Amino acid sequence: MKRVLVLLVFLSSLAVSGALGAEEQKPKWPGVDETVVEKYARDLGREAREPFINTDQGDLLLFLFALAGSIGGFIAGYYWHKLFVVGKEDRQQRD
Amino acid sequence: MRLLLLSLVLLLALPAPALAMHISEGILPPGWAVLWFVTAAPFVGWGVVKITRRKNVDPSYIPLLGIFGAAVFVFSCFPIPVPVAGSTAHPAGTGMSAIFLGPFASVVVAFISLLLQALFLAHGGLTTLGGNTMSMGVVGSFAGYGAFLLGRALRLNLFWRGFLAGVAADLLTYLATSFELAIALHGDHSFWSVLGQIYLAFMPTQIPLSILEGVVTGGIIVYVQKHRPDILRRLKAFGEVKS
Repeated sequence: MKRVLVLLVFLSSLAVSGALGAEEQKPKWPGVDETVVEKYARDLGREAREPFINTDQGDLLLFLFALAGSIGGFIAGYYWHKLFVVGKEDRQQRD
Repeated sequence: MRLLLLSLVLLLALPAPALAMHISEGILPPGWAVLWFVTAAPFVGWGVVKITRRKNVDPSYIPLLGIFGAAVFVFSCFPIPVPVAGSTAHPAGTGMSAIFLGPFASVVVAFISLLLQALFLAHGGLTTLGGNTMSMGVVGSFAGYGAFLLGRALRLNLFWRGFLAGVAADLLTYLATSFELAIALHGDHSFWSVLGQIYLAFMPTQIPLSILEGVVTGGIIVYVQKHRPDILRRLKAFGEVKS
């Protein structure tokens, strides 16, 4: 009984330390703003504050990044087509 | 079909939410934040004047502005994982835009990108907008443009001129960011030691990224030379370009 209890305590301590470790784990692939800019600023006594418009809430930021990327991609693609497809054909016709 | 493919490629390359080089909200003390706004403002103002003039004389300028404006916006919020460093960072894109749009117009493009990112993407910050415009916009654009001209003076071919521009824009943008942080925050520590520490900390991520940025910039210039050499002939930075 004593052995079982010791084993249980040992296993639960492992589980708890694992969970705590997981909480403390740094996120994979952090940006250099976190690993360099904010780290050195903190070391030198200056903390970053929350953005004035904080869109970093759940999947809202993912949506905004996707939207911004789509719009940026569409604009670049549209003008690329205008210059390098239509523009090239027009130029060849003129020549 | 090509447009569809290009749009597909660009959509697949959508940036995911991650933060990178920009100085975050509130990190710069108010005095420094204001100083960087004041320093960047004339570059942005003159850039607007240059864009207005150029679009009236060159019909291909607005499409170029559309392509490279969008490219700087997407590049500068595009986190690229660097396995050797275990972190992500983004290219600047301002070397490339400075070559095609001119360095002052490239500052305007960077300013607008940074403003949109600070407002809607929790990336960078409104109080640090001046500082970020100085580093990515002013220093990135002029370093890239200067490196391109240097390559021209050294009679390098177009790819290597573009490569130099991309590398210089990236590495000097991060040097400027390090300078802004070090000069504002060094306190009792030696300024040079803080500057060196911050810049060195950027390097494991930025050296591979700057090479990538150089290759992309050089590749795009070669592509334009092959398909629309007339565009390059109209740009001052290129001098004589063979068809």
